[in-house]
Amino acid sequence: MNEASQISATPIVSVRDLHVTFTGAKRPVQAVNGVDLSVRQGESIALIGESGSGKSVTLRSLLRLHPERKTRIEGRIDIAGHDVLALGNRALADYRGRVASMIFQEPLLALDPVYTVGAQIVESIRRHESISAADARQRALELFERVRIPSPARRLDAYPHEMSGGMRQRAMIALALACKPQVLLADEPTTALDATVQIQILLLLRELQRELGLAIVFVTHDMGAAVEVADRIAVMYAGRIVEEGSTREVIRNPRHPYTLALMQARADGAMTKGARLASIPGAPPDLAQLPVGCAFAERCVYAADACLKTRPDAVELGDNHRARCLRTDATAGVLGTRAEALTKVAALTESS
Amino acid sequence: MSIGMSVEHIGADPHGDRGGPAQPLLTVRKLVKHFDLKKSFVETMMGGGKVVRAVDGVDFNVLKGETLGVVGESGCGKSTTARLLMHLIEPSAGEIVFDGETVGSPALPLREYRRQVQMVFQDSYSSLNPRLTIQDSIAFGPQVHGVGKRESMTRARDLLARVGLEPSRFAERYPHELSGGQRQRVNIARALASEPRLVILDEAVSALDKSVEAQVLNLLMDLKDEFGLTYVFISHDLHVVRYISDRVMVMYLGKVAETGPAEALFEHPLHPYTRALLSSMPSMDPDRRTEEAPLAGDPPNPIDPPPGCRFHTRCPLAEAICAEQTPTLAATGTRETACLIHEPGSRHTQTGAAIYAS
Repeated sequence: MNEASQISATPIVSVRDLHVTFTGAKRPVQAVNGVDLSVRQGESIALIGESGSGKSVTLRSLLRLHPERKTRIEGRIDIAGHDVLALGNRALADYRGRVASMIFQEPLLALDPVYTVGAQIVESIRRHESISAADARQRALELFERVRIPSPARRLDAYPHEMSGGMRQRAMIALALACKPQVLLADEPTTALDATVQIQILLLLRELQRELGLAIVFVTHDMGAAVEVADRIAVMYAGRIVEEGSTREVIRNPRHPYTLALMQARADGAMTKGARLASIPGAPPDLAQLPVGCAFAERCVYAADACLKTRPDAVELGDNHRARCLRTDATAGVLGTRAEALTKVAALTESS
Repeated sequence: MSIGMSVEHIGADPHGDRGGPAQPLLTVRKLVKHFDLKKSFVETMMGGGKVVRAVDGVDFNVLKGETLGVVGESGCGKSTTARLLMHLIEPSAGEIVFDGETVGSPALPLREYRRQVQMVFQDSYSSLNPRLTIQDSIAFGPQVHGVGKRESMTRARDLLARVGLEPSRFAERYPHELSGGQRQRVNIARALASEPRLVILDEAVSALDKSVEAQVLNLLMDLKDEFGLTYVFISHDLHVVRYISDRVMVMYLGKVAETGPAEALFEHPLHPYTRALLSSMPSMDPDRRTEEAPLAGDPPNPIDPPPGCRFHTRCPLAEAICAEQTPTLAATGTRETACLIHEPGSRHTQTGAAIYAS
């Protein structure tokens, strides 16, 4: 694995016991409840979860994008030697884009509609470096070539609305990379794109990670997209990381009942046609009044009495694979046996 | 479909089956929708000017009792097709035949057609009236079609129970008090309230989370069996379409690229676009990630679609002839495809057999 060899030992992103509470509403909303995360240089991690799981809130906290007056952030975030939560305004502006930068789901909303994309890239380079406008434009051109925008010189003078969706997303990636950050944060970067364009962007992210040695934190609700780019996967539910491990481990051998259920609910090729999908009953909990125990217990088929009383701590399952669940004994090998059972059934029906 | 048989059916049930099971429930012929772009004064006077060719000559059948999946990228015309099927927008040309009767003809006026064909939209919130309780919303359609107030309310509560929302808890609530999954259940109940035969589901599960999506898909399949429904299921999610559809239609830039039985189409795609679309699906195997994107660039603009085969600008198998000759949608067995490779006598140097071998 040449990819693994580039990953250094010390984490470049280190999040410890992160709590994010939004205080703007009638009742405080506990969006993130104790997230620990570490990402090493050259490593990519995918945060997976449903809407309201806290994945985007966690990501945005890394750049402190939440409105200060209505948000309470507790815990510690260290990125490349910066104590992010302690940065002053000026230092924060220097940090954003230079150390860590973000690509968003909808580039049309994230880019400024009244400036050409070239001008926006030049502006952000010159904000961080003392460099002439001509040199900055040359850098922007190189970036456009790097993210493979066709006829890049002409495209630098295009306005965002003149570009197609895939091209805009490439331009946004170029903008994010303009000041050579070490950490790239991506918030559902391919959700708004068509399937044939999505795979192009995913492959581009993987290539950039490998060649520039970026650390990538990638938020998505799509398991497939996560498998394509991530070295590790962290599954979030109700503001906590419920399972974390290498992509291979989490996909092949999920141990938290929620991950397991997500894998089983997929309408994949593995599903026998006409058979009912294994759905998860109920809906995610209200973040304004979280239960005392495990937040998933109410919907969990493995739940025991103890699950309703305590919030489970992470259980080490070996190989850097962790799950916050009291019943990891019950979930071992469930997915495997189920797949085997299905092939057996298929074989039987074919022979009969 | 003999005449005698259809007369019997009309006698038995005025809203029921007419042509018998062999006649398609919906036949769409040469359906066209062009949207005008802003025109100059001269263009308005002389005619001409640019148009968006959103749907440009689409032919397909929907058989009784089946689920037809429609897939394609944004701008391929799948949602426009859905709106045309409902007559929410007027087609520029073409014909829609519902169980043997032309839609909009005296035999099948739009009002009666719309009772039999209902639609569920992607955005569950904006498709419900925020000022009506959900039982009023569900009962509204039947009341428009002449069902009495009391009876329509009973029907609404029955349907709520059927889609898994306890009437005593939910009937009096307003849309904003429900979650996305619950609202989409309400929309499904609303669509079923006028006892339709065909339901068009336009990205109906796309906005839902995966765990909720599975619940709604299960519900849709149960309802189909229980009420004998026919579905047109539009989605960009190929996994879901494969799972729920009997037949699948693939669209590209306002035209049909390929139709066929779901399994056959997913296992052995005939059209190069279908092939590319299917291999764009992220692999779920961490050891076999996609190494090369099957297609470069974005779909072209439907304002000036490429001449000849519309896919030739991105097609890995395109030849010079593809830019000149427009392929026709030709049937082989149960499958139809519009590609010169599969068209006998075309001047494309490759043949279907050679492609299969590779």
